[in-house]
Amino acid sequence: MAKRKADIVEQQPPALSPVKNNKKKRKRLNNDKLSGIPNLIVNIFMAGFTLLCLFPFLYVIIISFTDEQTLTENGFQLIPEEWSTFAYSYLWDMKAQLIQSYMITIIVTVLGTLISVLTIALFAYAISRKQFRYRKLFTFMALFTLLFNGGMVPLYIVATQLLHLKNTIWALILPLAVNAFYILIMRTFFMRSVPEPLLESARIDGAGEWRIFFQIVFPLALPGIATIALFSTLGYWNDWFHALLFIDEPQLVPLQSLLMKIENNIEFLTQNTLVSGQSAEMLAAIPKDAAKMAMVVISTLPIAVAYPFFQRFFIQGLTVGGVKE
Amino acid sequence: MNWLRNIWKNRVWLLMVLPATVWFVLFSYLPMAGTVIAFKNFRYDAGGFFSSVMSSEWVGLENFEFLFNSSDAFIITRNTLLYNLVFIVVGLIISVTIAILISEIANKRLAKIYQTGMLFPHFLSWVVVSYFVFTFLSADRGMVNSLIEWLGGDPISWYNDPEYWPYILTFTNLWKTVGYGSIIYIAAIVGIDRSYYEAAMIDGASKLQQIKNITIPMIKPLIIVLTILNIGNIFNSDFGLFFQVPRDSGPLYDVTNVIDTYVYRGLMNLGEISMSTAAGLYQSLVGFILVLATNYVVRKIDKDSALF
Repeated sequence: MAKRKADIVEQQPPALSPVKNNKKKRKRLNNDKLSGIPNLIVNIFMAGFTLLCLFPFLYVIIISFTDEQTLTENGFQLIPEEWSTFAYSYLWDMKAQLIQSYMITIIVTVLGTLISVLTIALFAYAISRKQFRYRKLFTFMALFTLLFNGGMVPLYIVATQLLHLKNTIWALILPLAVNAFYILIMRTFFMRSVPEPLLESARIDGAGEWRIFFQIVFPLALPGIATIALFSTLGYWNDWFHALLFIDEPQLVPLQSLLMKIENNIEFLTQNTLVSGQSAEMLAAIPKDAAKMAMVVISTLPIAVAYPFFQRFFIQGLTVGGVKE
Repeated sequence: MNWLRNIWKNRVWLLMVLPATVWFVLFSYLPMAGTVIAFKNFRYDAGGFFSSVMSSEWVGLENFEFLFNSSDAFIITRNTLLYNLVFIVVGLIISVTIAILISEIANKRLAKIYQTGMLFPHFLSWVVVSYFVFTFLSADRGMVNSLIEWLGGDPISWYNDPEYWPYILTFTNLWKTVGYGSIIYIAAIVGIDRSYYEAAMIDGASKLQQIKNITIPMIKPLIIVLTILNIGNIFNSDFGLFFQVPRDSGPLYDVTNVIDTYVYRGLMNLGEISMSTAAGLYQSLVGFILVLATNYVVRKIDKDSALF
């Protein structure tokens, strides 16, 4: 992207001369944004749209704090007649499965991101270097997977019959570990941000390629690596698909998949907790919808809290890291 | 012997690409080879993966014949193509409009807030989004039915009535994706040289004229390239949207079943392994041809933007 932009700028005719030398006028003209009524309309429209994007999450939070009896009588309301924190205290009582799923998601996300970033960075760095004789072959190998894939079924069969990943934590980590698209982004990043002369001088000083990679290249490419790590973290955190394919055991169910399972059956939560003598009365008191929405809130909260901080890097990563070089 | 020496000389680099290469072989290339079971009648046997694939009997194109003789093939192809087409066209219009509006807002801080808010849905999983949709569409508790009743209408059983789902799915998809889609256009508009606008203003061009004659022509190459690349992907749909948001509701299959969900259900619910593989291979092959074709067109228009 950046390169394209540079091209466009270069092709442009110089700015008109009368404006050029008149600083005061130029300043006024630079302020060419909307003002008055049109500005107000655009702002109202955009504010409305932004609210539309955020509203459902607020709505779910409200429902999670609504008394279950009120929900039965009035449905999901914006301002419920009776507030309640019962859904959360219920989840607290049933926390065994919830904590287990949280742990699985955290382990998968951390381990997966580490494996993913290291594997992708090494591959991308190697194919970005001219000294690597087979770089074209390996680039093609990665690129081709973007164009053609075997589909879900053969992948499922390979993963279950050959690699025996079914009901293992690796089923949640490995299938998402490498992604040719991220490799291409990283390769571009290495080409742009790691100058060959620098590496050359390190080689002359006797540094090995591994040392160069970890001590010079990695720190230099840190912004790109952070972008990939961010993509990867979000990918693992939000993944439910691989759990849907490969995980049956409650101990291995990640957060998003737990959310899916309680969609029809909130009792899934009690699978780990259920004591034999539980009374029917207690089961009837389950805050069904409120508890489900509370689960949505609890599982989305980390992203919502971290979001204002990471979104800037996400946007940068998207707009700076054009794929092509 | 020469090639052995070359490999030895490149051993550091080869070691670096090794982990990802192993991954590609296991998770991309073996499954690609595994598509042969689309031409076989797949049976599991005790000898594991290779032995199962080898020992299953050949049936030629039988699976494909069966697939294309069923009404399913038409429905899933129609749904996949039409939904994606609508997503591409409407998504493009809204993304570009929003990008232009945001770039016209004088208050940079407000513009930033809008952009941040719009991008938020992108970071939610489809499972969470399906709960969001449920809060509106739940038959007895949802906001939409409450509103309908308040206005004196009859409540609608949303999850059983296929009539509305093309709109619901389109709306949900746009809600989740347009914020993300507009980012790249915003970046492109910010990159346009301001002196164009200055010159236009001296000549007395109105804001709308500036947008029509400067902004849009300047981002046109980007619009074309991104749209063509999207068309290359038109045979692949977002599994989460079509699987999670309608809550896997049977009565809706007619308008919510796309190739991806069809393959999944064939594999997990029906156990029709070879048939599902055939459907997946059909998707991959057509997708492959489409990507090659669109890339060829992109190359003709703008060499730099082509994928390869």
